Amino acid sequence: MSLAELSAAHGPSPTASSSGDGTSDDAPPRPPFAQDWHRIARMGAIGAIGQIFISLSNMPVKLDGRAIIEGVLSLGYLSLVVLPLAAGSRVGHQLRREGVPFHRPGAHEVIGGAACGALVGGGLSLLAMLIANFDLREPLVNWSPILADLLAFNCGTAFAVIIWLAIGAAVGAAGGLLRVVPPLARRVLWTMVLTLFGSAVLESLTTDLAEGMGIEGLIDWFYAPRGGLTITGAIALAAGSGVLAFVARGRIKGAKARIDALEGPARNRAHLGLILATAAVLVILPMFAGKLTNELLANVGLFVLLALGLNIVVGLAGILDLGYVAFFAVGSYSAAVLTAATSPKIHPELPWFVALIGVVLLTGLVGLFIGAPVIRMRGDYLAIVTLGFGEIIRLLFLSDWLSGWFGGSQGITNIPGAEIFGLAEVAGTDPRSVFYLVLAFCAIAIYVSWRLERSRIGRAWMAVREDETVAEAMGINTVNVKLLAFVVGAVLGSFSGAIFSAKVGSVFPASFLILVSIVILVVVIFGGMGSIVGVIAGSAVLIGVLGGPKQPGLLAEFSEFKLLIYGALLVWMMLARPEGLIPSVRRTRELHQEELAQDAWLRGQTEDEHEGNGESSARQPSGEMS
Amino acid sequence: MSVTTPSGAAQEAAESSATQPILETRVLSVDFGGLKALDGLDLSVCPGEIVSVIGPNGAGKTTLFNAITATVAASEGDILFEGKSLIGLDPNRVTSRGIARTFQNVRLFANMTVLENVMVSQHCRTRQSVFGALLYTKAFRDEEAEITERGKEVLSFFGHRLTGYRFDQPAYTLSYANRRRLEIARAMATQPKLILLDEPVAGMNPTESAELTGLIGRLRDEWGFAIVVIEHDMEVVREVSDRVVVLDHGVKIAEGDYADVSTDPQVIEAYLGHGAAS
Repeated sequence: MSLAELSAAHGPSPTASSSGDGTSDDAPPRPPFAQDWHRIARMGAIGAIGQIFISLSNMPVKLDGRAIIEGVLSLGYLSLVVLPLAAGSRVGHQLRREGVPFHRPGAHEVIGGAACGALVGGGLSLLAMLIANFDLREPLVNWSPILADLLAFNCGTAFAVIIWLAIGAAVGAAGGLLRVVPPLARRVLWTMVLTLFGSAVLESLTTDLAEGMGIEGLIDWFYAPRGGLTITGAIALAAGSGVLAFVARGRIKGAKARIDALEGPARNRAHLGLILATAAVLVILPMFAGKLTNELLANVGLFVLLALGLNIVVGLAGILDLGYVAFFAVGSYSAAVLTAATSPKIHPELPWFVALIGVVLLTGLVGLFIGAPVIRMRGDYLAIVTLGFGEIIRLLFLSDWLSGWFGGSQGITNIPGAEIFGLAEVAGTDPRSVFYLVLAFCAIAIYVSWRLERSRIGRAWMAVREDETVAEAMGINTVNVKLLAFVVGAVLGSFSGAIFSAKVGSVFPASFLILVSIVILVVVIFGGMGSIVGVIAGSAVLIGVLGGPKQPGLLAEFSEFKLLIYGALLVWMMLARPEGLIPSVRRTRELHQEELAQDAWLRGQTEDEHEGNGESSARQPSGEMS
Repeated sequence: MSVTTPSGAAQEAAESSATQPILETRVLSVDFGGLKALDGLDLSVCPGEIVSVIGPNGAGKTTLFNAITATVAASEGDILFEGKSLIGLDPNRVTSRGIARTFQNVRLFANMTVLENVMVSQHCRTRQSVFGALLYTKAFRDEEAEITERGKEVLSFFGHRLTGYRFDQPAYTLSYANRRRLEIARAMATQPKLILLDEPVAGMNPTESAELTGLIGRLRDEWGFAIVVIEHDMEVVREVSDRVVVLDHGVKIAEGDYADVSTDPQVIEAYLGHGAAS
């Protein structure tokens, strides 16, 4: 869903800066029908195949039950209009090159978009005809009359064929129109669309929060009883967000630029203020939130912890660890064995916080044990070996051989909650307390990541990531340094595991599938490798909205298509924003601010210095010493 | 450097060590399969001396550096640094003993800033652990301030080129010549006694290489490093070298000052082919 929206939103927008370009203002609009038909046909065909794929993945049927706006639009139908919109918008995209005339957007864009959108919609027309005439249910389980009825709005095949061509053309034209309208209007429109989509999709969250704050009445006005926004509510929301977007135009960016422009202590103060404000929201919010929201927040927090740990290993030290779930498993199991009375062989029944010491030591040892052979390898080999170790750990917990310790496939059940110095009991029945515990450990993990990155050890990790041979030649004991990254990552992951076992109250080998490793890695890559904020944002989006490997997210309906969407998001991310959602400061700075800094510095410099071939010959090296 | 020791005995020791080589290879051989990249090489470098190693392509010059820094294993012979053998050490231990090097094809930590590049290479001179960093102890802060300071000091050796706003620039934004300079700075920051420079002026224009030639001299005079330099540019070799060693096919074919070596018929033959000397 958001894939196409984002790509449309982030796609280069020729209209945005046409004023800066002299040639574009003078250029006449291209005649409406002088189209690049090859491009339209290609994008239309790709879109049509995409539409058929989405339909046959059963997404429209499954999501039809979830209304966006009551009686008008369901999530299922929405999934069928995203592609025509994106294609219609993309087809009007022009590559701008210096010296090549750039035409002013106009009717040309709208007509091209409509043509492309019609082709994309035509994919569904074709599908409707095929379903009516052939029976392919044998290989394709979703080749069903339900899908046919959905496509035809219960009005027969002929209607389906015509209506999807028309819908495609209309939506595609709207996509093309997006390129024509002025940037401000586009931003306001996007804000309205995203607000409507967001508030419909996050219905359970907003309802939950509203109940906590005692304003259910308002909620009943916005949301229909059977889900989805009411029409009046939708109009009110769209109008409100549109006005807000119009009023706030440029201000958010301006405020951000002002903070970025601050120097030294003032900047630190601004950042500290932001961090404190975020922390305050995170502490206060759960008090008003119900069980559902707190459960969700706690799950996100557990994955933030895991992702922060993996971020040290992958993001800082550059060790591609595909078996990170091993440390989550060891943390969970060791906490379970140390605290639960029901663990088979030994049951010291330690209080959770005392057991945590044991958990940290044990996981650290396992980290050393796995790390020692692994880190002598490099690149692909290392990744494959870690993958193997991740599975080995799970199979050990599952094995009959160790079932006397870990209960085999029965796992360990009845794990007591975590008691915090006699103050509070944290268990799965009280997700709010779990969230606070997770929050505390996330704070610790953030502090650890932040401090280590700015220390001699963090720099050594980065050097190893950059060039291991040179790092070794510069006096860094790469074996020790990588091992340390492995152990620190393992310990952070074990915190998550220990909280997980106290929260869920039972541990089974099935909770530690290889999929968990993959999901954590996807979170790190999606959020931005090496970036603490990015990793948190990645967890919030992927785990909070889409859901974790076993944890439901806000879009519970999506759970079936979760991995599909993960994959699509990852592919899109690698193409459009390889540095991740919120890249590390290092990368942002590299990409954007350096030119400005360089210019400013050069202007301030009294003596002119040319680099490379133009090095001034008159000056002696000694004269340059300052 | 340490000639100002007060006690007479210490001074005597310092003097005797001045005559004793800081680096010595004894019948050093390196085999790559059947190929002898170095064959029974004897080489010595005295403290405060600049030795150039020259020779045609494939003569084993870079292999010599790799063997000294333990990047490749010596198959025979011994390498003594300050009288102690380096055989069997890891590359990072060799660096912490006091040998730093640059690479023929510039290999910086491209995504780290200029300052971080020289800070990270002081790794083996610093001791703060994870706990120091996490507790943000005074010792940790002092050490950070110290290595920042020393980093800036070595960078300022190259004038303005690597200072000012460039401290916080990623290394990959530097020009080619500045990358070469930063590599030398990074080697200096490891606080070595001996620096191995692998073709420091390769790819530079005449002005730049003339300037760098001066810098190599100052590295010895002001910082007291002993220097071994591999170089193809004979102008540079003539300017900087106290002594020139010529390698061919892993064997030392000549040694002496530039004037002697450059007229040695064997050297001319190695460079220009058989019969060229006559």
